Amino acid sequence: MARLLDVLREEMHLTGTKEGCGEGECGACAVLMNGAIVNSCLVPAIVADEADIRTIEGIACGDQLHAVQEAFLECGGAQCGICTPGMVIASVALLERHPHPTDAEIREGLGGNLCRCTGYQKIFAAVVRACESINEKRPGNQ
Amino acid sequence: MEEKFFGHSVIRKEGREKVTGRARYVDDLAFPEMLHGVTVRSSVARGRIRGIRFGEGIPWAEFTIVTAADIPGKNEIALIEHDQPCLASEVINHPEEAIVLLAHPDRYLLEEARRAVQIDVEPLPAIFSIEDSIAKRVVIFGEDNVFKSYHMEKGDVDAAWAQADLIIEGEYRTGAQEQLYIENQGMIATANPADGVTVWGSLQCPYYVHKALIPLFGLPAEKIRVIQTETGGGFGGKEEYPSVIAGHAALLAWKSGKPVKIIYDRAEDMVATTKRHPSRTRHRTGVTRDGKLVAMDIDFVIDGGAYATLSSVVLSRGTIHAAGPYFCPNVRVHSRAVATNAPPHGAFRGFGAPQSIFAVERHLDQIARAINLTPEEFRRRNFIGKGQTTATGQLIKEDVNFNALLDRAFRESDYHAKRERFARENPGATIKRGIGFASFMHGAGFTGSGEVYLASVVELEATPEGIVRVLAASTEIGQGANTIFSQIAADALGIGYDRIEIAQPDTGAVPNSGPTVASRTSMVVGNLVETAALSLKRTLLDSGLLCDACTEDEFVRACRRYIETRGPLRSRSQYEPPPGLHWDDKTYSGDAYGTYAWAVYVAEVAVDTVTFEARVIDFVAVQEVGKVIHPVLAAGQIEGGVAQAIGMALYENVVWREGRMANGQMTNYIMPTAADIPPIRVFFEEQPYPFGPHGAKGIGELPMDGPAPAILNAIENATGICVREIPATPEVLMEAMTEKAGALA
Repeated sequence: MARLLDVLREEMHLTGTKEGCGEGECGACAVLMNGAIVNSCLVPAIVADEADIRTIEGIACGDQLHAVQEAFLECGGAQCGICTPGMVIASVALLERHPHPTDAEIREGLGGNLCRCTGYQKIFAAVVRACESINEKRPGNQ
Repeated sequence: MEEKFFGHSVIRKEGREKVTGRARYVDDLAFPEMLHGVTVRSSVARGRIRGIRFGEGIPWAEFTIVTAADIPGKNEIALIEHDQPCLASEVINHPEEAIVLLAHPDRYLLEEARRAVQIDVEPLPAIFSIEDSIAKRVVIFGEDNVFKSYHMEKGDVDAAWAQADLIIEGEYRTGAQEQLYIENQGMIATANPADGVTVWGSLQCPYYVHKALIPLFGLPAEKIRVIQTETGGGFGGKEEYPSVIAGHAALLAWKSGKPVKIIYDRAEDMVATTKRHPSRTRHRTGVTRDGKLVAMDIDFVIDGGAYATLSSVVLSRGTIHAAGPYFCPNVRVHSRAVATNAPPHGAFRGFGAPQSIFAVERHLDQIARAINLTPEEFRRRNFIGKGQTTATGQLIKEDVNFNALLDRAFRESDYHAKRERFARENPGATIKRGIGFASFMHGAGFTGSGEVYLASVVELEATPEGIVRVLAASTEIGQGANTIFSQIAADALGIGYDRIEIAQPDTGAVPNSGPTVASRTSMVVGNLVETAALSLKRTLLDSGLLCDACTEDEFVRACRRYIETRGPLRSRSQYEPPPGLHWDDKTYSGDAYGTYAWAVYVAEVAVDTVTFEARVIDFVAVQEVGKVIHPVLAAGQIEGGVAQAIGMALYENVVWREGRMANGQMTNYIMPTAADIPPIRVFFEEQPYPFGPHGAKGIGELPMDGPAPAILNAIENATGICVREIPATPEVLMEAMTEKAGALA
């Protein structure tokens, strides 16, 4: 039975979404489905029929990186990079839900994405940086 | 030389690819006509193979099937010893040992086929513990199950007991730990007698894989090519194991005539590949009443699993670090790596040192208690200093100042105030708080004459467009090697960071700069990058095409001119040892490492006395590292290592059943999540090391050594419970706490 993850990677050749565990624990396969974050390794392809899917490939706007991606670069949020696509997706989803997340909200929002390299510190910093940067750009804030 | 990039947190060289999902890891690659490959493994720990049966309902004629009989060269994974076969042929020595390889274009049918292969095994008695191995309950390796032993002596321990006012003994144990890189192991291979063997994959050491494939195929070195793809974490787990999976993919490619990709799923990766060596350390220590160490007698044993692999080297590092950063005139370390019927244990960040350092730092807290000194006062009376000798007799020539490191760590963590507050507030509280520390060191680079033996080489070449390419076998695995090499080269050449390109590690194109291990990449190989860059610049200066105070445009033009008129513009640098280092392999004494990073780590914990869960609330890491090359990357190494060590201390428990990991899933092998990790506050001190680039020391493994003993020292401070093993899971704490309560009742 094909999973959404398989359709993305093998049929659509969108290899940005990764398989880390195949059991919905690590979040490396995270994508946005109808605006909500899901582990695509747990989504039967048929369930994704007619859904709006946004993968890491759809986060930047052409050459213009998303604030989250810029922040990850600035703050050192990516080391080996394998968890990064899922982590970026989770951060984008988090900031859409909580534009000014508290520490606890950040930890919970990223709690479904495992990172073995960073110890999470610079990922938290990147989310805070992205939040600042997004809010600087909001109309009415200039 | 102007430090325009060195010391600054420049953007990661391959960062943009990583944050956009464009970085290509091995499973992101596909070749035309590529087959998938899987491994059929033993479910038995030890036995004789009587037959292999291929079950009904599978179109076997469509499959490529490989057994040991198909190996063109020697059935062996060449590393140090020659005891590990590539595929088991007559005997099985551990669960999950590889026996049969299958390839087919259909990944799903392949998995069905794997389950349809039956291995008929006549079971043999097996052993699974250090105790059973030492007792020779069954002899499974050599004559006594010992892969390797060391005996290190300083002074006269036997005579020194008489000087001790008190002798304290203790036994400490550490469990296996899974590296748990988020990218599973994988390889793609093409192979045929005419062209040779090429493999692409997730790995740390291209030349290790290269060396292993040569005897496997009986081909000359030029016919083997190993290319590293973007690697999603290694931590040592991809140091030696990739030779096995590369061999397997290549054998299937050889027999099928098609490219073959093998990617492990998480369960297979967890149960079949290497883990940190479990250990048992016994300390017997003599001290005077005023807290001076007079004699240390240490017995250190590690469980190597079924084959020798790297156990002798892990043992070596654990042995050398076993007595800690203290001065003691009489030290004996007797160590052994022993065989059991588990999949071979292997490299994991720290490489023996986290195991022996856990023991000594727990033990010193016990000694302090016994002689009525605070843990810190006892340490202060014994910290090693300049002019004193280590356990191997190495004279410390640097201005190491442990008192200052300790002072800083205590200040940043508010140690004394918290200790006092917790002592007041704990009685009657359900959640008990505690704070503890560990002081330690980690030697950077290969031990003894290891770096001389490696004789690492780095080359640089300039293009007509004025881009300078660094050719090295060192692999970017997340630590920032590409970035660091670029910073070093850019400053040495006096050009922009963006003018440096790091060549993909490919044994067909880069020289052997040694393996990406042992905290050596920035310090040893980075130094070679610098000398090669200076040499390339010197070539241009000497040609008259460039003057010293030149602009970047002038540099670019000089490159083009040089190449047009004189040919390739290249330079080469080979390792030379720092002067004055002497190591004796026979007596295991002398200068073990060129330098050490020194550290004090403080952990604050909360222990729930109802659920028996311990959590780290705050963590302070203070270390002296020579020189910080890239502040964000350096802190990233410490933070990442501390997080892994928190896992090692509290959460990461491998459950063994007859030599097999029973909890091989991320659901039930727990690594720390974003919700579990406390703030990790990192502080660097700098005492430049003369033989590291701009004074830098290696730091990749250092952060793995300190957290576990600091955390357990904190748990003891919080609860009064003396736990001598890790992981200190709730089950372990519950047993210790109810035992204590029972004893008091």
